[in-house]
Amino acid sequence: MAKKNTAAVEAPKAFFEYAPAPESPAAAGDIATSYGHFIGGEFVDSSGSEALKTVNPATEQVLAEFAQGTEEDVDRAVAAARKAFADWSALPGSERAKYLFRIARIIQERSRELAVLESIDNGKPIKETRDVDLPLVAAHFFYYAGWADKLDFAGFGSNPKPLGVAGQVIPWNFPLLMLAWKIAPALATGNTVVLKPAETTPLTALRFAEICRQAGLPKGVVNIVTGDGRTGAALTAHPDVNKVAFTGSTNVGRSIARQLAGSRKKLSLELGGKAANIVFDDAPIDQAVEGIVNGIFFNQGHVCCAGSRLLVQESIQDELLDALKRRVETLRLGDPLDKNTDIGAINSAAQLARITELTAAGEAEGAERWSPSCELPSTGYWFRPTLFTGVSQAHRIAREEIFGPVLSVLTFRTPAEALEKANNTQYGLSAGIWTEKGSRILWMADRLKAGVVWANTFNKFDPTSPFGGYKESGYGREGGRHGLEAYLDV
Amino acid sequence: MSDIATRLDASARIQVSKTYKLFVGGKFPRSESGRVYEVTDTKGQWLANAPLGTRKDTRDAVLAARAAVKGWAGTTAYNRGQVLYRVAEMLQGRREQFTAEVAAAEGLGAKKAAALVDQAIDRWVWYAGWTDKVAQIAGAANPVAGPYFNLSVPEPTGVVGILAPQAGYGHSFLGLVSVLAPVIATGNTAVLAAAADAPLPALSLGEVLATSDVPGGVVNILSGRTADLAPTLASHQDVNALDLTGAIADEGPGAAASLEAAAADTLKRVLRPAVDPSAQDWTNAPGTDRLLSFLETKTVWHPMGQ
Repeated sequence: MAKKNTAAVEAPKAFFEYAPAPESPAAAGDIATSYGHFIGGEFVDSSGSEALKTVNPATEQVLAEFAQGTEEDVDRAVAAARKAFADWSALPGSERAKYLFRIARIIQERSRELAVLESIDNGKPIKETRDVDLPLVAAHFFYYAGWADKLDFAGFGSNPKPLGVAGQVIPWNFPLLMLAWKIAPALATGNTVVLKPAETTPLTALRFAEICRQAGLPKGVVNIVTGDGRTGAALTAHPDVNKVAFTGSTNVGRSIARQLAGSRKKLSLELGGKAANIVFDDAPIDQAVEGIVNGIFFNQGHVCCAGSRLLVQESIQDELLDALKRRVETLRLGDPLDKNTDIGAINSAAQLARITELTAAGEAEGAERWSPSCELPSTGYWFRPTLFTGVSQAHRIAREEIFGPVLSVLTFRTPAEALEKANNTQYGLSAGIWTEKGSRILWMADRLKAGVVWANTFNKFDPTSPFGGYKESGYGREGGRHGLEAYLDV
Repeated sequence: MSDIATRLDASARIQVSKTYKLFVGGKFPRSESGRVYEVTDTKGQWLANAPLGTRKDTRDAVLAARAAVKGWAGTTAYNRGQVLYRVAEMLQGRREQFTAEVAAAEGLGAKKAAALVDQAIDRWVWYAGWTDKVAQIAGAANPVAGPYFNLSVPEPTGVVGILAPQAGYGHSFLGLVSVLAPVIATGNTAVLAAAADAPLPALSLGEVLATSDVPGGVVNILSGRTADLAPTLASHQDVNALDLTGAIADEGPGAAASLEAAAADTLKRVLRPAVDPSAQDWTNAPGTDRLLSFLETKTVWHPMGQ
């Protein structure tokens, strides 16, 4: 059994209890009882009879049925994209740009609807979908819209060419944001796409298909095929796909890379991470605590760049951990549609089981577990925010991606030791540094093997800013001028 | 005078022929296997015995390349440019030797071979000039929508395994320089498997690098059969990227597709070979593709405020 370590932490006395501030589920708009695919500008039935269900992870209620895409479905979608490619790629960039600007505007207009739908389907707090996901989704379409007629100046030579049909497979943690990251640059550069959303979060991608229709996007430029990994594998293996873009686990990324060997399809991968969030003794403690909380509990820790390893300088360990635990006690876990909710539901039963297994391994290997005394709702998939102290580098919870609200705390004495521990991972997606000393920030940032380094902040994203990993966190960058390269023949 | 007559003439000088060795960690070891293979010119005439590199030689070279990463990536771009330019100076001094080796390797006349060597030297100078410019064309200051100072900078990937070109006009030296120089110009270190049938210019380049200011381990050069060396590079945990330019065309070990599949296990960055490697003309202007292929982009955020 776990040792309870609550002695050092006093539960804060709330001045006022929060009254519920629920968002209306009706704002999500009509959710159909069943969905087919979006191919060639139309919603069509699957060629197969298998259907999957997407549930609200906060209530376990079935939201809708959707088609398990077959190889034949994928074939039809790729054919539609191929057919549309000739005209779409020949369209002047300035005209393609107008479609993307239009999509961006419609997303802004319908952002409340999309935010609520995303929250219902994914389990993440409405606060995050409303204030983070949706503004970023619109921003990505705006940003890449502007590139469509400026590609000659992007630094890839004059008149760079699109690749053709892009097969895109995205995860469930940021369903609409990952869609935007992939579709916006692909369309701006003149490619057509077939996108497969994750099998637990297909609804906002299907709603996005409606937005493409509203925007009058030519038929076949964007196609959405739903289903699980089998559908994804059929898409990435399809011989008429010229480009594969995948965001998800390192293991699946590895198998896609193997599958594509020798095929000459261009491949970009955004995979896992095990980011170190490094706090030095001169860091502003309150700000660092906020950054740590944001780093690991944002989106229930379902973030590939989550700051899942806290490296704290030994001399301030007790002070920092006390402050951190006090702060974590104030997090509100529960109904994702409540505007006061900080921590929503775990996306699926399978993910909850994975988090539960890894945290059990943490205890079994001797790390000390702590969670705040919050109550969990009786239905739905939930996991308390959890800290592990006394973690060594050999522990599974310090090496494997947990993808949940679980923070492993390690200590260090010198900047060199912090650097060594931070880089001691197969991953290299992100890192955080907290210190008031500018020269130390730059010294650390220079040496950290991570694609994104946040100094005195964490989990910031922007369409102008390249994002992607070193080592086994994948290859290629999304966002910014660099993000165009994945969709151009360069 | 006929050949036989020359040999019989007591006053004729016997040439001191050269023993070619591997170049690993700044030293010139023989292959750990103790084995060599015959290198011939395009007409089948014996030129020299080259070391038959093994998996163990490859692992040793990767070890040396890894050890050199920190120092080489950590030097200033200005300094790296100076070091590379020094290599060009040394190459110029050995122009005749490389011309003879290229002529023999590719079956070319002296004039054509000399032109290729000159171009290789010029190309080396071109890449020397890139070291302190690549960050300015591949980096960015990102105008994010918030009070943050946000910079993207290119950084070396780490250890790059290179299969030197086996074919194409000028492959034995100009091609070799064209694949090696961009890798190290950007701060990576390299383990290079020389063209199996034309390894002599590559092994001689090792001697030039050793007498320049290139730190030991930054470039490591192996000769031998691609099918022996390449799979080890492709599957090695400590190799970060793989340049398959000289992958052999057939199926089996050493072939591009199987190497790419092996590289997937460690998610190495892979630069694929040309569709038709033998049609490659190395005298064409290289562009920046190879420079940019072995870089990572790191984005650093910091809040702005008072």
